[in-house]
Amino acid sequence: MSVVGNTALRFSDEQAMLLDVARAFCRDQSPVAAVRAQLETAAGYDAGTWQEMVALGWAGIALPEACGGAGLGVSSLVPVAECMGRALLGTPLLSSALAGQLLARAASPGQAERWLPALAAGEPATVALLDDGDWGAPGLALQLDEGGVLRGGKRFVSDATAAQLFVVAVTHRGAPALAVVRAAQLAATALRPHTLIDLTRRAAAVDFSGVQVDAADIIAGPQVVAALRDVRLLGALLVAAEAAGSAAACLDTMVDYLKTRKQFGRLIGSYQALKHPAVDILCGVDSARSFVYHAATLVGEGPLDRDAEIACRMAKAQACQVLSHAGDRAVQFHGGMGFTWECDAQLYLRRAQWCQQQFGDPQHHRRRLAALLLD
Amino acid sequence: MSTTELELQEFRADVAAWLQANKPADPGFLLPQTFMEVGDEHQLEFLREWQHRVWSAGYLGMAWPKQYGGGGVEPVFQAIVDQEMRRADVPICFNVIGLGWAGPLINDIGTEAEKAKYLRGILSAEDIWCQGFSEPDHGSDLGNVQTRAVRDGDEYVINGQKIWTTMGNFAKYMILLARSIPDTPRKYDGLSFFLAPMQVPGVDTRPIRKLTGEYGFTETFFTDARIPADCLMGEEGQGWKIAMQTLQYERGAEAGAAGGLAMVRVTVDDMISQLQGVMRDGEPLLADPVVRDQLVQAIMEEKALILGDRRGHIGALTSDYPGSLPLSNKLRASEMSRRMRQLAINLQGAEGALYVGDAEARQGGFWQRAYFNSFSVTIGGGTSQVQANIVAEHVLGLPK
Repeated sequence: MSVVGNTALRFSDEQAMLLDVARAFCRDQSPVAAVRAQLETAAGYDAGTWQEMVALGWAGIALPEACGGAGLGVSSLVPVAECMGRALLGTPLLSSALAGQLLARAASPGQAERWLPALAAGEPATVALLDDGDWGAPGLALQLDEGGVLRGGKRFVSDATAAQLFVVAVTHRGAPALAVVRAAQLAATALRPHTLIDLTRRAAAVDFSGVQVDAADIIAGPQVVAALRDVRLLGALLVAAEAAGSAAACLDTMVDYLKTRKQFGRLIGSYQALKHPAVDILCGVDSARSFVYHAATLVGEGPLDRDAEIACRMAKAQACQVLSHAGDRAVQFHGGMGFTWECDAQLYLRRAQWCQQQFGDPQHHRRRLAALLLD
Repeated sequence: MSTTELELQEFRADVAAWLQANKPADPGFLLPQTFMEVGDEHQLEFLREWQHRVWSAGYLGMAWPKQYGGGGVEPVFQAIVDQEMRRADVPICFNVIGLGWAGPLINDIGTEAEKAKYLRGILSAEDIWCQGFSEPDHGSDLGNVQTRAVRDGDEYVINGQKIWTTMGNFAKYMILLARSIPDTPRKYDGLSFFLAPMQVPGVDTRPIRKLTGEYGFTETFFTDARIPADCLMGEEGQGWKIAMQTLQYERGAEAGAAGGLAMVRVTVDDMISQLQGVMRDGEPLLADPVVRDQLVQAIMEEKALILGDRRGHIGALTSDYPGSLPLSNKLRASEMSRRMRQLAINLQGAEGALYVGDAEARQGGFWQRAYFNSFSVTIGGGTSQVQANIVAEHVLGLPK
């Protein structure tokens, strides 16, 4: 068996339809002026846009039909995420989707029926996974004590200010567990928004200390470990899909400039010193897209197998690498203009730095890949 | 009547058994990985005999017409043979310019006489073919070919020079692109295409010694070489069109090849397996975190290439940059291959410094030679830099 392994790549009619619809929607709703209009708002997204996305059914697209979803799985979210990344469109869609996946994969049927229909109907939710800055940390620091009280906090909780529901990864009775916390349970000062490098995103440190969790809102058992692992991989995949989209848009922005800007009497795009790196980026974007849709082919509703894990990690490593490179070169190739706030290249460069870190950077994933592929 | 799955399975088993029984023993010298590496008579005779044996067993040119030495069966059978050959790791079928380019061309647009004269010898390896496209002063600019062909009675008189003629010193025939009509308004319109004999007075070849130290290509000089007028394929002035069709076969974009293993593919698996047992700092090399990261990146590069092929067949996922995957394929594949081979040597430790001929060289110096030869692909057929210009201009729309 080759170390290259599984190379399946399929794209369903549903996915193709979603790609079409999402592409047009994101282009219309999120032109760069709209993106810029949200950079310094508290919410970071337009409520009307979010409502339309909910109306399109995207909030429940990956959730089981029994819970009000469309039952199409995470693979259906991948084209949507790619289009959102292309348009730098915010909204809590992906945070909510991951919260939904974590619940769908770990909760009892009764619990799932209690929470998921609201998520499918568009109630924003999020996952609180990261104790500090290490996506590879072996354990969970946040404690849920015997009395059901949380002690500690989480960092980098995406869309925390929008979320009505937090699915929180905790240690309970010495084992990983999940606590489901409503926004209303949090203290008034619990949320401390981060000042992020990417102003199209919102995230916060959340102090859960003192929150009393009902027994019915605790998910414990061996399935939690598997669900947490899977959701981190799915998170990596969705961020990779967004990053692949952002990288393609960044390339377009760069190429547009190379085709219009003249120096020394020539269009600068005619210089090979600029042309060839642009082609490198194109090839990197092509690879990223291939990995992303390969991974989308392999993730199902069940636990992710080894092939799917490899695919998600490769997608994340490749997409974030090319986006970082594209953002960096886009600024450089805009010359003096690239150094200004007005130039859109900075939006992609900032997005790149956010994507890079979310759900583990390329080095983290390649280290895991080494163990999967070489041992 | 369509062939059943069961028939194909049985056929595959027969092929595998035949290959098992007929795979040649190690000749004691390093065999060519591609047809561009046939450097001496030993290699030539070894490969000629092997191809003849494959053809005699009915496993080459299976989809070509029976009356011209082919098998007259569906292409799927040849595809199975090719897969099994790769799996069995047998030597290449080296007459590639005949099998893969000239042969399909003759099959598709040749006259009955041309088919009868040439096809069987291509398959049997009796007639080795070479290609006369490139010229010294304009490597990648094929439309600018200057070699002259002047009609004189029943003959054409050829004058000029070709370069990078693969197996030029061994070949019996050349597919030759030459200018028969001077001063046409468009340079392409003056070109004609010939199926030219090599063993005539006035054709001289001079082997080119490659950076590997070996041979495989020649310079080819035409000095008043006279070839029969019926060597002209099609009409005068159709040379460009026919040459472009030939390139379609060469790039695998057009079906019709006789089949057979054209090259020994080198994969990351091969690279990793040769590193078993190599030590660094007293630990197995494969435990070194830096090396592991490099290997993961190499695996990803190879996988991305394969996944790109898969995605390339899905219209909805290629509409962003139409043409991107096919037009950048040569660039991506050749550069990946070069980088991987360089890495393979760098990871061999002190033994990376040994070369073909040293008894202690890993795999006889296979990787060292393979790395040097990989430049034939990053340079030949348009350098990577020219390829990058093509992609930039045709896919991204950047100005010339």
